[in-house]
Amino acid sequence: MTDVAIVGLGLHPFGRSPSLSGLEQGAIAARAAIADAGTEFKAMEFAFGGSQDAGNADSLVNLLGLTGLQFTNIWNGCATGGSSLNAAYSAIKSGQYDMGLVVGFDKHARGAFNPQPKDWGLDDWYGETGLMLTTQYFAMKIKRYMHDYGISRDTLVRVAEKAFRNGSITPTAWRQTALTTEDIEQAPMVSEPLNKYMFCSPAEGGCALVLCRADIAQKYTPTPVLLRSAIVRSRHYGSFEVFSPSQAPAVAPSPTVTASRAAFEFAGIGPGDIDVAQLQDTEVGAEIMHLAENGFCEHGEQEHWLREGATEINGKLPVNTDGGCLANGEPVGASGLRQVYEICHQLRGTAGARQVPNTPKVGYTHVYGAPGISGVNILTT
Amino acid sequence: MQTQEPLHPGLFSWPDSAPELLGSRCSDCGEHAFPSQSSCRACGSERTEIVGLGNSGTLWTWTIQSFMPKAPYFTDETPESFRPYGVGYVELACGLKVESRLHENSADALQIGLPMSLEIVPVRQDDKGAQLMTFQFRSAEAL
Repeated sequence: MTDVAIVGLGLHPFGRSPSLSGLEQGAIAARAAIADAGTEFKAMEFAFGGSQDAGNADSLVNLLGLTGLQFTNIWNGCATGGSSLNAAYSAIKSGQYDMGLVVGFDKHARGAFNPQPKDWGLDDWYGETGLMLTTQYFAMKIKRYMHDYGISRDTLVRVAEKAFRNGSITPTAWRQTALTTEDIEQAPMVSEPLNKYMFCSPAEGGCALVLCRADIAQKYTPTPVLLRSAIVRSRHYGSFEVFSPSQAPAVAPSPTVTASRAAFEFAGIGPGDIDVAQLQDTEVGAEIMHLAENGFCEHGEQEHWLREGATEINGKLPVNTDGGCLANGEPVGASGLRQVYEICHQLRGTAGARQVPNTPKVGYTHVYGAPGISGVNILTT
Repeated sequence: MQTQEPLHPGLFSWPDSAPELLGSRCSDCGEHAFPSQSSCRACGSERTEIVGLGNSGTLWTWTIQSFMPKAPYFTDETPESFRPYGVGYVELACGLKVESRLHENSADALQIGLPMSLEIVPVRQDDKGAQLMTFQFRSAEAL
């Protein structure tokens, strides 16, 4: 059976683009990915794509061309990009198709997301009384984690500092200004213990990737990146999840843990083999907890990992080299694909000022989102 | 006197001299849920019963909501009158952890492990003038 390769990368920069719809940003990303692969939209046999707030992805055919391809809309929260990649992987691996596109885009209003209880199987009282905020969940999860594993507030600050420092050398990032320790420490509190610079913001943007059979990949690029696993998992009974009016007595591993284990097993690769990683950092606590949940360290080890700079671009496991969600913002439909886009650049050696040294060969991406879903991809040269 | 009604039925016993939270217990595996569910999220059984969950527990984790949420948040507050509020998970005697607003709204009044007790408080007035009530927890002892 053939392997699956990523041969085209396209991005419309994240941030605010008042003159463009979300769909148009998706089209720009799709054209860029197709051009990067040196091919044309009519060569795409399938597409999988999604957005949360910017319309049906399959409307892109009005902008890219009505070629009659199979275009499937994917909506799976923060794991939308991961789910699109998973579908594309299966479509090629099965032998049904040789080449296709995954695309994600979004355009969110300013401020925190305001999800509706009914969309999540909850009654109105939950939202009306002010419990339905993702920011609260992330704050409460890291609050308990800091208590259980001795993580200090300095460690939270270090994650934000790294994100904005990496953003400052990423030409496509939304936040390109590095911040001092003091800037971050003194920012207004949003949801104790997390302040303004410790959360990412909803944003806009688009990202697309062209995938094909690995045995034809050299026709499209001299530097194909192999997609070795594309796994999505949902929550188990007992895992501590967002939008949960109650939690079970026993705490079970999060879907990140199960997705990560499955991805490593599927690829036949272990956490120690990973040269560069993108871990969901919708806030600084998430990046800290996800380091352990994805198997890269033990719970609590993050404290000295970060003190020693282990997750910096020149550290032992560079994490979120493009500034992650913190510096790029989160257009939900595009965010997971942006992670893969960045890893592909790192593996191609085309990441510019943020290039990880010593020619990284194995990369990893991870998303986590409501109401308890996780997507993990493992990529190699 | 202004009438008081629960914001949502079935969350807590009301009216009641000693209100308690109401949830469900699975008749097959024994696991609890709040709010009550007609099927069990642990084992999928459709045999569940409504049970009282008590009115006290300990604080498992917490945060402070510093800004006024957008809709669907719906109280009598205005951006001018909004006051930050505490949110936490309170671990009950049965082991279930219930998410709740907290009476305390400053970081120096809250810590993990604090004993908490239930109270029923107003949320807003409805269009017939009744006061709509919900549950929250407050610290059972001052820090």
